[in-house]
Amino acid sequence: MEVRKGLLYSKEHEWVQEISDSVVRVGITEYAQDQLGDIVYIELPEIDAEVAKGESFTVVESVKAASDVYAPVSGTVVAVNEKLEDNPELINESPYDEGWIVEIKCDELDLSDLMTAEEYARYIEEV
Amino acid sequence: MLLLDLSVPGRRGYALPKLDVEAIPVADLIPESFLRESDLELPELTEPEVVRYFTQLSRKNHGVDVGFYPLGSCTMKYNPRVNEDIAALPGFSRIHPRQPESTVQGALQLMYELDCFLAEAAGLAKTSLQPAAGAHGELTGLLIIKAYHKFKGEAEQRREIIIPDSAHGTNPASAQMAGFIAREIPSDPRGGVDVEALKAAVGPQTAGLMLTNPNTLGLFDENIEKIAEIIHDAGGLLYYDGANANAILGIVRPGDSGFDIVHFNLHKTFSTPHGGGGPGSGPIVVSKELVDFLPDPIVEHTDGKYHLARPKHSIGPVKAFYGNFAVMVKAYAYIRHLGAAGLKAVSENAVLNANYVMNQLKNDYHLPYDRLCMHEFVLSGKWQKEQGVSTLDIAKRLLDYGVHAPTIYFPLIVEEAIMVEPTETESKATLDAFVAAMKSIAEEAKTDPDKLKAAPTKTPVKRLDETKAARNPVLKYKRP
Amino acid sequence: MPYIPNTPEEQRQMLESLGLSNLADLFVDIPENLKLKRHLDLPEPLAEHQLLRHMSQLAEKNLHLDRCVSFLGAGAYDHIVPAVISHLISRGEFLTAYTPYQAEISQGVLQSIFEFQTLIANLTKMEAANASMYDGATALAEAALMACSVTNRRKVAAAANLDPQWLKILQVYLENQDIELITIGYSLDTGLIDIDSVEPNLGPDLACVLVSQPSFFGSLDDIHRIGGWIKSHKGLLVMAVDPISLGILKAPGEYGADIVVGDAGCLGNPISFGGPSVGFFAVADMKLVRKMPGRIVGQTTDRDGNIGYVLTLQAREQHIRREKATSNICTNQALNALAATIYLALLGPQGIREVAYQCLQKTAYLRRKLEAAGFRLRFKAPVFKEFVLQADWDWDEINERLLEHGYIGGFPLKRVDPNLADCVLIAVTEARTKAEMDQFVDLLRGWR
Repeated sequence: MEVRKGLLYSKEHEWVQEISDSVVRVGITEYAQDQLGDIVYIELPEIDAEVAKGESFTVVESVKAASDVYAPVSGTVVAVNEKLEDNPELINESPYDEGWIVEIKCDELDLSDLMTAEEYARYIEEV
Repeated sequence: MLLLDLSVPGRRGYALPKLDVEAIPVADLIPESFLRESDLELPELTEPEVVRYFTQLSRKNHGVDVGFYPLGSCTMKYNPRVNEDIAALPGFSRIHPRQPESTVQGALQLMYELDCFLAEAAGLAKTSLQPAAGAHGELTGLLIIKAYHKFKGEAEQRREIIIPDSAHGTNPASAQMAGFIAREIPSDPRGGVDVEALKAAVGPQTAGLMLTNPNTLGLFDENIEKIAEIIHDAGGLLYYDGANANAILGIVRPGDSGFDIVHFNLHKTFSTPHGGGGPGSGPIVVSKELVDFLPDPIVEHTDGKYHLARPKHSIGPVKAFYGNFAVMVKAYAYIRHLGAAGLKAVSENAVLNANYVMNQLKNDYHLPYDRLCMHEFVLSGKWQKEQGVSTLDIAKRLLDYGVHAPTIYFPLIVEEAIMVEPTETESKATLDAFVAAMKSIAEEAKTDPDKLKAAPTKTPVKRLDETKAARNPVLKYKRP
Repeated sequence: MPYIPNTPEEQRQMLESLGLSNLADLFVDIPENLKLKRHLDLPEPLAEHQLLRHMSQLAEKNLHLDRCVSFLGAGAYDHIVPAVISHLISRGEFLTAYTPYQAEISQGVLQSIFEFQTLIANLTKMEAANASMYDGATALAEAALMACSVTNRRKVAAAANLDPQWLKILQVYLENQDIELITIGYSLDTGLIDIDSVEPNLGPDLACVLVSQPSFFGSLDDIHRIGGWIKSHKGLLVMAVDPISLGILKAPGEYGADIVVGDAGCLGNPISFGGPSVGFFAVADMKLVRKMPGRIVGQTTDRDGNIGYVLTLQAREQHIRREKATSNICTNQALNALAATIYLALLGPQGIREVAYQCLQKTAYLRRKLEAAGFRLRFKAPVFKEFVLQADWDWDEINERLLEHGYIGGFPLKRVDPNLADCVLIAVTEARTKAEMDQFVDLLRGWR
């Protein structure tokens, strides 16, 4: 199960990639997509939507489950991966690349409580 | 082939009587802007074609009449045919809900007496027959809880409904619809409510508790009196989800164990057929203190006459007219046919059958709660999972044995759950055949797992692609 | 016991396998003090033969529609039901199945629901329909909740000329979720609603407007105008329609409705004292489908590529989403939806147009006769199969007199609006005959 190096991880199985001083890209991990099974739908948030750290900002659905995706940071949605609208399976096939979900712009970027790849790998071993 | 594929322009399956009044041009009656312009794409078929189409369709369907249907929490027992004949009597099927009360005394008497029967079975005071299904009964009961707290001036404060993690999904969904916050509490190691967790969860914010007893594990909660005390001391009310009432008829009454509101599923416990997903009926019975909050209307009997009345502080109507009357007729007939001793025998045999099957399967499938069960029990497919076979595979393989699969992946607190409810109307021979099938599947999981993954193979279609259906929904006929 | 196969000997064997000696041992988990120490207090059991007699006697106490002539509507109607429907829905495979959870052995139910969805979508000219709701009234309430969820607004406007019972149910559903219900009043001259009466600053707060076509009074509102108004405020147009009327009247899709609901009990289901009926629920586009309550069947393929049907988009539903589900609905009205499907298949487009046409013509005939007899029609707006008659009478008393002649009169409107205390709502379906209507008018004329 790939845990990509260089990304940061939340306990709710989101990954976070810093793409500039104030903007992060967010998706769900390989482990999360595997747990969910075939993803059939994602309800993407709107551009400019405000998201709050720790709160659900979207839901991914598989045939038999629906799972909240929690914002790992607070900020404003500045981009969404529109490809997922018609091809939600990209989250299964390429969770770290093609399957990214949103980009969030933060006023104050605070990533201090996220896990490193090594920490996250240990975390999923335990759960 | 669907109906519209079979359609031939010009065919008709039903002829109306000829119009016997002078016809006026439609345009003189209704201005053109109100008239339909778009085409009316409905099939054009004769009656024999329609009969054959639906008869062929029916042959692709399993039902209780066809074979064993041990679907947990659904009580798929035999549906006596005489009840269908009775409900179809014109005196029941051809009466209008707004007829003068003097012309429907038989219908009102039936509803009144059914109300009394259900109240007796629940050990409570008065019934509303209006809710259309179990979930609808839940919503209605929760609205009564809300109205009760409002009456006491505590509605603002009492916002939480406590629900065990083993509960049916309808419980939290109904709580949400009633405007409450659903608060989940864990189960204890014996499968009942974790009493300590419950104590910690209650408070001035508690509006009530929803409980299924026996619960979705098929286990009777031995601590029910303690639970009732905790909730009542906190000022809350106890709601009984009656989905599993087939286990308790004439044996224990929810009202006697402290419940304030009960719903029954007439389409489960009282044998009315489920029709492929409905109609059901989910009457609720309440304690004396809550009668005034019941939905509008209820049936009363005074001066030798039956009439409809609005309870003093009614929450209002929750469904058009009086509920699913034809379903009530069938349940009433069932109760009159069986009587008290018959109903008790129903529960005794339902519980006996469940225990008999459980006991024989516990060496082949993991049994997470190894104690006597009530009318149903929950196995886990986790041993088979370790062999690379999922519970879904086991379920699909059962179809090849001519058996409907049990409820699977529910309750959520059991990994790879397999929830079996045999009911009392199955013979020992049927149960033995089911046990044999389950044992042979457990064996196949070890020796030939691919057979399970390929299942079913003897059904009208093979395993269907649910992912495809959900990713690209096709929800109606599209012309090729 | 005809329905319990276990013999005493089998019971003994089964108990023995459990190491128990009698049935009472099975219930050890129930605290002794809670157990019922007596039998339930119920009447003595009746054998089937006695049961049939008893039930027939109860049924005989009711005056049924084959023994009288009814002009009663107001939410339930005496439409003709083709005989073959009850035979088809009585097939055990349909009647005794549960919700189709195991698709491979439930293709009959699943495909018939797919047909129901198709025919409802085609009849209403909408993009998609669900597998059914309890009835029209609860479908309307669910539509209002869905509109709030889609628009993120907490106010709903409903036409006051909707069925008053539906309005009450709507109120119950909404108030408990703290959603404000505003009613748009109707004119006492026309029976029609006037959207200019809505406070102008309210528009942008509204999740939707709920209107029925025809209205409770049988009359037709200007839906284009109402729809244009709510859409200018980015709210949804929710229509409740009589499915029979769509053989003639403009389909909701043609008005640009976003959500359509209604009661399909009138399609091939017995009237049964008002239930079970069946509600339908349809939406204008696939985006709205994701917010729809209730079950949905979708087409797919099996491993060999054969077409088949499954329950789909289930992540909206209570058994997966629990408190975040779009609704708590689980059991619906599948068998009644099947009856409606068979009805639509039997009648086809010509038949449905004909039923609607006969309702319209017979209603118009009775109106002409009543006017010619000197009676006043309360509203002049065009109507479909119901209308309001006015006379300086106590209509309950008139209905008593009509009953003596084998007629069930209309619904006295004093029960819903004191302004209409001298009015009665009369329904005419294709089941009424010229002779019945002529005698009805003669009776009324004689009492003037």
